[in-house]
Amino acid sequence: MLKKRVAANIVVKDGLVVQSVKFKKYLPVGKPKIAIEFLNLWGIDEIILTDISASKKKLTPNFDIVHEISSKCFVPLTVGGGITNTEHIKKLMHCGADKISINQIAIFHPEFITKAAGIFGNQCIVVSIDAIKENNKYFVFDYINKKQIKISPAELAKQSELAGAGELLINSVDRDGTYLGYDIELINSVCEVVKIPVICCGGAKNANDFIEVFCKTNVSAASAANFFHFTEHSVITTKANIIKKHNIRIETHATYYENNFNEDLRLLKSEDHKLEEMLFVKIEKEII
Amino acid sequence: MNRSLKWGPMMKSKINIVIIDYGIGNVKSVSNAISYLGYNRLNISSQEQIIKKADVLILPGVGAFDEAIRNLKSRNLEIILNEQVLLKKKPILGICVGMQMFVTNSEENGIHNGLNWIKGNVKKLKLLANFSIPHVGWNNVIYKSATTIFNRNSDESNFYFDHSYHVECDVKNIVAYCNYGIKITAAIQQENIFGVQFHPEKSHISGLKMFRGFLNSI
Repeated sequence: MLKKRVAANIVVKDGLVVQSVKFKKYLPVGKPKIAIEFLNLWGIDEIILTDISASKKKLTPNFDIVHEISSKCFVPLTVGGGITNTEHIKKLMHCGADKISINQIAIFHPEFITKAAGIFGNQCIVVSIDAIKENNKYFVFDYINKKQIKISPAELAKQSELAGAGELLINSVDRDGTYLGYDIELINSVCEVVKIPVICCGGAKNANDFIEVFCKTNVSAASAANFFHFTEHSVITTKANIIKKHNIRIETHATYYENNFNEDLRLLKSEDHKLEEMLFVKIEKEII
Repeated sequence: MNRSLKWGPMMKSKINIVIIDYGIGNVKSVSNAISYLGYNRLNISSQEQIIKKADVLILPGVGAFDEAIRNLKSRNLEIILNEQVLLKKKPILGICVGMQMFVTNSEENGIHNGLNWIKGNVKKLKLLANFSIPHVGWNNVIYKSATTIFNRNSDESNFYFDHSYHVECDVKNIVAYCNYGIKITAAIQQENIFGVQFHPEKSHISGLKMFRGFLNSI
């Protein structure tokens, strides 16, 4: 059966991976290539790379970064940021992107979705929607002009699906970088009106948030931008906890099935005798 | 989950692999995966003289069937491949829409003829309620025993799928399927012709093992 996906959002600003907080504050993390390499090693299901400086500075997508990282990426790579025409998409795919994501152009020129889907196939086109809440209602957020647009995320989602989008990425501006969990109400408002797969992002702190969003919504994938960067084997330990409640993919050599975690789902030290046994276990590198 | 460690068998690193470049698909991803496995006689080309010298061919594919088949034909590749695959019996692996082109026709964006190497049709997925389309994500593949291309994979490995159309053909040509409410053809074979609906180049270790299984078997 199809598994729920555990994805990572890599937010790139001026060539560096950053942590993002409410779309306002950005803290540096490091080089995209290193992030991609670790996420791959740790068994991430999918990577979404978004260049948030491209559209703002009216630059083209960063083809060099994509070219550099794609050789280390053996899981699907969605690239977004600065796409304004189909030549950009063609070049990005040539550099190693598997899917592309569009945000600005999808809001103001939905016909571009149709054009791109016609050439590249709708499964390549991910429409990324940023959502902000005001007066108890959700609106689409225009991150360039830093203001809300008079359309709900659900409406834009429906419009994008009709135009030919293959997948939707819903980002919560309010939850971004807060570790308060996914905005379930927002995600459901979108999932209820479309038939195409939805990926959610914004607010994940640990595996419990993934478990919650997979329980309470119909998302196809849940993504985290910040917390995967904080600990060694973050993806694996997160998945070791998610799999207790949901069927997901775990195919790494390390599994953490026999480990214990505290209430914040941080890895606890194993018992001394177990650690002593591990001293003498030889781990061979798997040859494919 | 206990994982038994395997030693890689003697790798046929000297085989000449050609990934067919017909303007469609993520040739770079496929070539990354093949290079990673250590095969250095690798070409990405649509040139007849290069394809003729290949020991094995790979036909990647992403996107709509009609665009793909049009691109293939406009580069004269239908004729070249018919000769290399049907007459010279060169092993070929088709990926996603690459595999779909091997059958008789597709109903995507109208009825379009494929290469007709394997009798079958490409149809839109008719899914049960609550199942999203496209079929996107990791799904476990169930293969018939003694299938050469999966002999390096553990049982029911997950592979990455991303498609709205699928192949329907004779059960004798189906070597693997997956479950998405309905049974979906995951892999087909007829003699030297192999096809997979999923993307092995995007299926991490499972995909790499499948490439190894395929390239070792030729």
